[in-house]
Amino acid sequence: MSGNKTLGRFFSENAVVIIFVLITLAAIPPSGLSIPYIVQEMITRLGRNTFLVLALILPIYAGMGLNFGMTLGAMSGQIGLILAINWNITGVEGLAFAALIGTPISVMMGYIAGAVLNRAKGREMVTGYILAFFINGVYQFVVLYMMGAIFPIRNPAIVLSRGYGIRNTLNLQGVRQSLDTLFMLKVGPYLIPVATFIVIAGLCVFVVWFKKTKLGQDMRAVGHDMAVAQAAGIPVDRTRIIAIIISTVLANFGQIIFLQNMGNMATYNAHDQTSFFAVAAILVGGASVKKAAISNVFIGVILLHVLFVVTPRAGQNLFGSAMIGEYFRQFIGYGVIALTLVLYAWKARQNTARARESLRGGTAGGAK
Amino acid sequence: MDKIKQFVTDFGWPRVIIFFFLLALFIAAPFVGVRIDASISDMLNRFGQNMLFVLAMVPMIQSGCGLNFGLSIGIIAGLIGSTMSVQFGLTGFLGFFGAVGFAIPFAIIFGWLYGMLLNKVKGEEMTIAMYVGFAGVMFMCIMWLVLPYTAPTMVWGYAGKGLRTTITVEGFFRQVLNEFLAIRIGDSFVFPTGMLLFVAFCTFLVWLFMRTKTGTALTAVGSNPDYARASGISSDRMRTVSVIISTVLGAVGIVVYQQSYGFIQLYTAPLQMPFAAVAAILIGGASVNKASMVNVLIGAFLFQGLLTMTPSVINSALKTDISEVIRIIVSNGIIIYALTRKMKVAK
Repeated sequence: MSGNKTLGRFFSENAVVIIFVLITLAAIPPSGLSIPYIVQEMITRLGRNTFLVLALILPIYAGMGLNFGMTLGAMSGQIGLILAINWNITGVEGLAFAALIGTPISVMMGYIAGAVLNRAKGREMVTGYILAFFINGVYQFVVLYMMGAIFPIRNPAIVLSRGYGIRNTLNLQGVRQSLDTLFMLKVGPYLIPVATFIVIAGLCVFVVWFKKTKLGQDMRAVGHDMAVAQAAGIPVDRTRIIAIIISTVLANFGQIIFLQNMGNMATYNAHDQTSFFAVAAILVGGASVKKAAISNVFIGVILLHVLFVVTPRAGQNLFGSAMIGEYFRQFIGYGVIALTLVLYAWKARQNTARARESLRGGTAGGAK
Repeated sequence: MDKIKQFVTDFGWPRVIIFFFLLALFIAAPFVGVRIDASISDMLNRFGQNMLFVLAMVPMIQSGCGLNFGLSIGIIAGLIGSTMSVQFGLTGFLGFFGAVGFAIPFAIIFGWLYGMLLNKVKGEEMTIAMYVGFAGVMFMCIMWLVLPYTAPTMVWGYAGKGLRTTITVEGFFRQVLNEFLAIRIGDSFVFPTGMLLFVAFCTFLVWLFMRTKTGTALTAVGSNPDYARASGISSDRMRTVSVIISTVLGAVGIVVYQQSYGFIQLYTAPLQMPFAAVAAILIGGASVNKASMVNVLIGAFLFQGLLTMTPSVINSALKTDISEVIRIIVSNGIIIYALTRKMKVAK
């Protein structure tokens, strides 16, 4: 293989990452933001978002594509946080309590999601996306109408003035940044939330370990070819459900970490864009529908969020309108997801076409 | 008894349930102080407003492209058309048909590009369509800010540039179709004859088209690609044709919607519009790979009926605003139901 060809392959395989690095580098100077500011923002945002993005890895591994249904886990975490505030449990204990409440809910949600996705094989992504909308309706029903009416809420400060339903914005004062500030390290001018990073590192170790277990290997087999896995005696449907359950539970923890860093929770909107940001991040980091590594997560979170930090300011300075930057970053987010999916589907089709041609002996090409 | 059972199975349980739910709402309406005539008038109006979006789903479902979650591409073309029409100061019927006329070329170009893209990604159309639609809407958000529109009714007053979020079409083409031959009974019932005629005409055209040679070929590509290829039909070409038609219908649909609603909604407004249309056609009994005009009519009627009646009846009955939650659960539940049904036709 010549060096030229390897280089070409490197570009085509990492097209998204390379395009993104270029856009980001181009947007930094016009934003006028200082490098230390951007670095500090990145440290904060890595702590805030990485856990959520890591939740996407296992379903990709199991061949189920990007788990847009991770929003279900985020909603479970939010219910946990609402109850933690209700009982006024503060600090890290509050977070642990929220996680404890969120876990059984997210296991149940994950099971439902897995069962639904098993009935929609080959269309997992779009089904997961709509499922998130559907469960959002159920979530609103529970939080807006049942809480305070059927489930007793003790803390009147979080209930709407009409007597039932949770307020639109919750102040997470008691648990605000309790994980981040548990052990804050100051390195030069930068503040590093060490405890959060330890949790994230723990999850990375878990993912690496999990892939080596019997179950992890089964997932890979299922992701590779369901029919072959079935023939080999692997319970395909069960394995897929487990992958989604783990992802949903992780998303539940991830959302709690995300919200404790934000310090406020928009009760009915906080989960709206969870999957959008997480999916965009992992794809920007170079993952595809079928392939994702832990490195993709970190690269992706950094790249996506540098862009998110700089574009509003760049838009303001270049066009005199911060809205342009705001729209631009959303366009980039959606565009990246579309582009990656297109590139992947395109490549997959080319590969099948090539495989078919080689079967025919390469003579009868171009039928399609 | 068996006949009824067979009918229910054919018609599908979700539709039967929604139909009876809607019926119950109509029966309950007078008791909670909701006027039936006003409700029916409102329902007909919404039916006409949204019908073309639902109709736009048919060609792509039939050609095997699945549900058009990227309908916003067509809606964007329609927005370009109507803003141009207002920019040039066209009024009345000229304004409406001007908007349609400006929109269609854009819709054809967008649809052609969008169709070619979808041909490259067979099997993943729906997810990709959704994100292509989202990305298109966000891209146009930037465009609405920078395109050189100058009509004073449309741009922000203080900056003198950049389009407003909502633009009134009052004095341009507001209600031109609705008012055409409209029948008024009492003070709260209006039959929007013109709009329903226009919508019926479009539906008839699509129905006719599906029966032409091209239309049959298009259906063949969707229902049996191998057979279609053996008969010498280019599947890529047929799919592109279906995407273009769908996009054009989306563009015309938004102009019809605007003339009835009275406002042009820009920026992120088109983001969620495709989902309502998808839910409607599925409620009408279409599946991911088969849809007919009957599905369109029943679906648009049931879905819009539900949207009209649940807020007024449920909210007056229970004194809460729970209808929005019901809408989310019903419309998305029905999409999931359709997506998880076993496909009869292999890929």
